[in-house]
Amino acid sequence: MRKTVKKMDGIHLDRRTFLKGVALGLAGTALPLNKAGASFWESFFQKHFKEMNDAEIKQVLGRLEREYEEKYKKAIHVGNQKAMPGVIFGYGLDLSRCIGCRRCVYACVEENNQSKDPQIHWISVLRFKKGEKWVDLVESEKYYNPEKVPEEGYFYMPVQCQQCKNPPCVRVCPTQATWKEPDGIVVIDYNWCIGCRYCMAACPYGARHFNWTDPGRKSGEINPQTHYLGNRPRYKGVVEKCTFCIQRTRNGRYPACVEACPVGARKFGNLLDPNSEIRYAIEHKRVFRLKEDLNTYPNFYYFFAYGV
Amino acid sequence: MAIFIKNYFIACRQIFIGNRAYYLWVGFLSFFILLGLNAYIDQYHRGLILTAMRDQVSWGLYLSNFTFLVGVAAAAVLLVVPAYVYNFKPIKEIVLFGELLAITAITMCILFIMIDMGQPLRVWHILPFIGAMNFPSSLLTWDVVVLSGYLAINVIIAFYVLSRLSIGKEYSMAVIGPLIILSIPWAVSIHTVTAFLYNGLSARPFWNASILAPRFLASAFCSGPAIMLVLFQIIRKCSEVEIDNKAIFKIAELIAYAMAINLFLLGAEAFKEFYSGAVDSYSIQYLYFGLNGKASLVPWMWAASLFNITAFFLFLFPRTRENFTTLNIGCVLIIMGVYIEKGIGLIVPGFVPDTLGEIYEYSPTTTEIVITMGVWAFGALIYTILLKIAVPIYTGKLRFEIKERNVIMR
Repeated sequence: MRKTVKKMDGIHLDRRTFLKGVALGLAGTALPLNKAGASFWESFFQKHFKEMNDAEIKQVLGRLEREYEEKYKKAIHVGNQKAMPGVIFGYGLDLSRCIGCRRCVYACVEENNQSKDPQIHWISVLRFKKGEKWVDLVESEKYYNPEKVPEEGYFYMPVQCQQCKNPPCVRVCPTQATWKEPDGIVVIDYNWCIGCRYCMAACPYGARHFNWTDPGRKSGEINPQTHYLGNRPRYKGVVEKCTFCIQRTRNGRYPACVEACPVGARKFGNLLDPNSEIRYAIEHKRVFRLKEDLNTYPNFYYFFAYGV
Repeated sequence: MAIFIKNYFIACRQIFIGNRAYYLWVGFLSFFILLGLNAYIDQYHRGLILTAMRDQVSWGLYLSNFTFLVGVAAAAVLLVVPAYVYNFKPIKEIVLFGELLAITAITMCILFIMIDMGQPLRVWHILPFIGAMNFPSSLLTWDVVVLSGYLAINVIIAFYVLSRLSIGKEYSMAVIGPLIILSIPWAVSIHTVTAFLYNGLSARPFWNASILAPRFLASAFCSGPAIMLVLFQIIRKCSEVEIDNKAIFKIAELIAYAMAINLFLLGAEAFKEFYSGAVDSYSIQYLYFGLNGKASLVPWMWAASLFNITAFFLFLFPRTRENFTTLNIGCVLIIMGVYIEKGIGLIVPGFVPDTLGEIYEYSPTTTEIVITMGVWAFGALIYTILLKIAVPIYTGKLRFEIKERNVIMR
């Protein structure tokens, strides 16, 4: 076996060729080869959202609207309303009022185009039993299902994205696919997220949800008023989360959960406006924030309007 | 150019030369690779819903294997240290096979990350310049840096040594010496960074303990060398490579020390968690005793502890360490023990209970297991092919004339 070879290159090439073959084989099964192909490559080479100029963003929004129209057979508006100056959104939740009805959960799903099959909920309502322990999360129940709420001897605590001032999820994202907007909303670019789910491991509030498969939602159930960083239809394999209904709140409306709450337990407003409802609650009620020991500084305040 | 193409085909042929057993082995591996590939294509199209991972437990078997294999890769350093720094001859001769194992393990690590991603085609987003690498903020980007660096170092060392040997020359320490010295802290770094990946998350008290990185290293120095001991004996049996018993026993002795440290650190952690008994100890309670009636990991963890302790004693006493039956039993026990402890036993309890207190019991699906087996088979195939070229060069059976000197030296 005497050969004149530079065999190092030989192995290297061979292995690389093999890997290439595998990659091409996979790509062959994965990539669309029909006319959707152009759109696929445009989407594949889309730049990071913050690196695009207005014209490029406009082009992307147009492409998305075409894609969504083709998929859902209806016109869907994808907006890109910027943060208003002098606004940082804050949220208040009155634990003394919440009755655990979960209307907020389903209003959120209707508004934000979450998958209905399988179900994705951005709000989790936890039920605690009054007794030996109060707010030990392990003692809480997320899947309670009584005939009537509220139940005697229990209280409820809805949890959603706390829009932290110091968000651990943003810190760990390897691709800068998630960031904090000037108005305090933590957003995700669903076209940049690689689906590694590191942010889900980092979030202390279970606020981030993954599309384990293609989001299942019928065309008739799609809310056509959407925002690029908010409720536009998502893809398989990306993470999503509550954005304080960015498509509504940046246009001066309340989040869907605030509007849906039948007992007025949910308050929302501009933390920088001294006359806002949220500022009143923070200044006059007994307030706490969830897991403050982790120094995440949520912009989400739990409070008690009256004694329990 | 002509010689280049010729070289390529001749190198290809080397891989196809083999006896019946070799072909059976490659066929066996290819079978599992194809099964895994098939399952992966399904997972690619239908999504990670085919796994048992959910929002509550968002990492599972894939990341477990990744973590275990980073340890295996890092353990190549255990051979490098005595070989080059202390010039311990019997180990020095076989260190090459450890480095090839490190190359294989890192390749498998990359594959395990790729199959875990929701959008694998977007992987370029994590790269610097063309993507938006979140460096230095995200520890995952640190892992990209240190793992690819470690891969490069080992590829350069192994291929340099082999290319020198293939033309019948000694390699020059002046060339690879600095790289070898660099590879020692680098091996420590790949494991430390991977530990920090989990360690830095204050949301997960089970991982957020300073003891995590030291435990990572200690257990890596058990499992990696144990795998190598098994491989060395196979290489010795299937080829003319001579591996000194002294080298094997020395490595076994080092495993005993590493395991002692590993068990001590585990004990220290268990004491803190159970004695203080704070809410933070729910995860370890779930792991070893079950929580609220959910206890699917309990038998695995006790088995792992039993394996590790048994193996420790087998490696501790020279009589059992230097008896190949007990030595191999010890190796298998350590590999299984650390695979459980550093795999599922490390990843899953980070998510149980989840951050809102829910206990979701994770148990991998068939798809996950088949894909995982496919990656392992692929790793075994890479190592087999690397050995197929490296062993004949190492034993001097394969020598190359130097006609195109510039091609070889480049």
